[in-house]
Amino acid sequence: MQIPDAKEKWTSKINAITLGATRAEGGTRAKTVTVGGETTLPFLTSEGEMPHPPAIAGLVVDVVPEGWPDILKKAIGDEIRSPAEWARKCVEKFKVDLICLKLLGPDPVGKNLSADHAAKTVKAVLEAVDVPLIIWGCGDEKKDNEVLPPCSMAARGENCLIGAATDKNYRTLGAIGKADKHKLIGEAPVDINIAKQVNILLQDAGFDLKDVVMCQVTAALGYGFDYVYTIFERVRIAGLRGDKHMALPQIANVGWEVWKIKEALADEDILPGWGKLEKRGPQWEATTAVGYIQAGADIVTLAHPDAIATVKETITQLMTGDSK
Amino acid sequence: MALTAMALYKHLPRTNCGDCGFPTCMAFAMQVASKQKAATDCPHLSEQAKSALSEAASPPMKLVRIGPAGTGGVEIGQETVMFRHEEKFHHAPNLAVKIPASLSNDEALKKIEQINQAVFTRVGQELAVRLVAVDLAGLPSEKAAERTKAFAAKSRAPFVLMAEDPDAMAAAVAVVSDKKPLIYKATAKNAERFISIAADKKCPLAISGETLEQLADLAKTAKDKGVADIVLAFDGKDTARSIRAITTARRAALKKGFRPFGFPSMVDVAHDDMARETALASTFVAKYAGILIINGLDGAELLPILTAIQNIYTDPQVPNTVESKLYEIGAVNENSPVLFTTNFALTYFSVEGEVERSKVPCFISVIDTGGLGVLNAYAGDKLSAEKVVKALDAQKAAEKVKHRKLVIPGLLPAFRAEIEDTSVWKQVLIGPENASGIPAFLAGNWK
Repeated sequence: MQIPDAKEKWTSKINAITLGATRAEGGTRAKTVTVGGETTLPFLTSEGEMPHPPAIAGLVVDVVPEGWPDILKKAIGDEIRSPAEWARKCVEKFKVDLICLKLLGPDPVGKNLSADHAAKTVKAVLEAVDVPLIIWGCGDEKKDNEVLPPCSMAARGENCLIGAATDKNYRTLGAIGKADKHKLIGEAPVDINIAKQVNILLQDAGFDLKDVVMCQVTAALGYGFDYVYTIFERVRIAGLRGDKHMALPQIANVGWEVWKIKEALADEDILPGWGKLEKRGPQWEATTAVGYIQAGADIVTLAHPDAIATVKETITQLMTGDSK
Repeated sequence: MALTAMALYKHLPRTNCGDCGFPTCMAFAMQVASKQKAATDCPHLSEQAKSALSEAASPPMKLVRIGPAGTGGVEIGQETVMFRHEEKFHHAPNLAVKIPASLSNDEALKKIEQINQAVFTRVGQELAVRLVAVDLAGLPSEKAAERTKAFAAKSRAPFVLMAEDPDAMAAAVAVVSDKKPLIYKATAKNAERFISIAADKKCPLAISGETLEQLADLAKTAKDKGVADIVLAFDGKDTARSIRAITTARRAALKKGFRPFGFPSMVDVAHDDMARETALASTFVAKYAGILIINGLDGAELLPILTAIQNIYTDPQVPNTVESKLYEIGAVNENSPVLFTTNFALTYFSVEGEVERSKVPCFISVIDTGGLGVLNAYAGDKLSAEKVVKALDAQKAAEKVKHRKLVIPGLLPAFRAEIEDTSVWKQVLIGPENASGIPAFLAGNWK
């Protein structure tokens, strides 16, 4: 029987962004990672192209987050004490595509570490691994404005992805991105209109949107996941329909968000019947990630090696096979 | 699906006889299209036109019920959109946990008991495994019937019966046909017999095809032979192809009114590895499955999948809320700060997250604003100083602390005077406008 042609015909293409710079390109990376470039919804390759698989960024934090459960720290191993060694293990053992260095240390309500300390950490991680680097500030816009410029300078020429630019600090981030030739993450608080606004502001500040990856502030599964999932989907559809301010790759900071929630912290003594935390934690992290990947995430950050392995296998499975 | 006047007109006698009370058939068709009249108000409508019109007036995707009438059954299908933001997804997917044919009767009954117990409560909703997939592969008819009967006596959930052999399937269906199991599954090889079993016993039938064309052919044949309830079956291991096939089938049904695909879908994602199975199941929760066949029964697998279902099938037009009560974050004591916020889930989660980040144990009083954020609630009269005072009284917040200081959202500075004048909270502190400012605020302003 003939099946009616119900193919979606999109008019536009999501920007492709390459992260990392090899020696020939002025950096020191052995490999680069390209994301984006889709002309179709995730994995619907019978209707368009999905030239690059979603990338997994191994989450490395400059100081070990206080609330992280032992099962996560143990799974990562002793290397967790040194960002450089942790990053190296992520690449060599956990086989991530790139590293996401979260700079929690400078947070004024935490350790309040100096900008200089952060820049040194960035340098150390860049020396330890040869994959591209994401540098993500603590989220305090004032402190990020102090910390990220020297970090950007320390990584000059490496073509990193730096974030997050919000409607409050887009000028500073736009300036360092341009000066040191990095890409930027534009971030909005679970609001599609502000997400677009941030991109317009960056563009007005002279930063090319072809160098921006969007972040909707990630929600863990069960904690606003539905809102963020839908914004991912709406942004992607708007981008494919020709809205140039939305035709950007998207990132979900899954590892950072999931390890704060009850389901990833409390074992069966508190949640009887919910399964051993050792399994449940990474399952929760992987489920959050594969959900966002179906909605249009191009980069997901992950912390637990089991979650990394599961998501990696799932991506491979989704990218393999003929295009029918 | 709504028909246009032109499409309706084609089915009318086109005689302009006027017996319907309208001067022309076209005028009548316009009335029907705008739902002012029913097509059957035309006294000369042919039987053929009647059935065509009733078909066209039925929803583009059928609602399929598995299990007995009344409680205990599940309903899937009747979906209307491809993306949840376009309206909402209507019928949440159900997990069907597999009982392998290789399990001994005792082990199988034990697993069924565990499935009966697999009920969880999360944010006030009951989440549960609602189907049992009884695998009858390789069993002779007698044994298949015996097992099915024994399991049915113990199981709270209705069955998906899995077999390739028509004799075994017929025998198994015969002993539970009153409980309307889903017959899984008709393929090109066994279609004829499977279709006749489903038609005879009026049970729902799962159908799979090597290609979408074959699937459409089999679905049409089944429908023509009297199977009313069909489920389109896809293979989760062939992930990439199945994502495309399930999407194409749904689109053809919803956007093109293609009847052979006007049924819900299911995906067999059973995998030996729990993590792989969880990831595959979650993938097809996002992408349109009405039933997911899985092996696992560990809470560490069920909870994330069921939560993904809960999230994706939440109505996006109805705001998520949290319970309106006094929350204790961290090791609070009588000197801990008291804050209030709204019961819109995202607002609450941001405030809760930032309070945790501040490492200052706090009481958070959640005010019922009907799921609106601070400013929207204020603008919509869902949040007033009076309401805050009442809620704090009802939640007995003043009994928990010895101070009388209350932190209010920075977006509502005007509340300060009224709260101080009308309540025991004599020192109102105006907090930050955004939750992200809470840690700095508490560090600087709470002594």
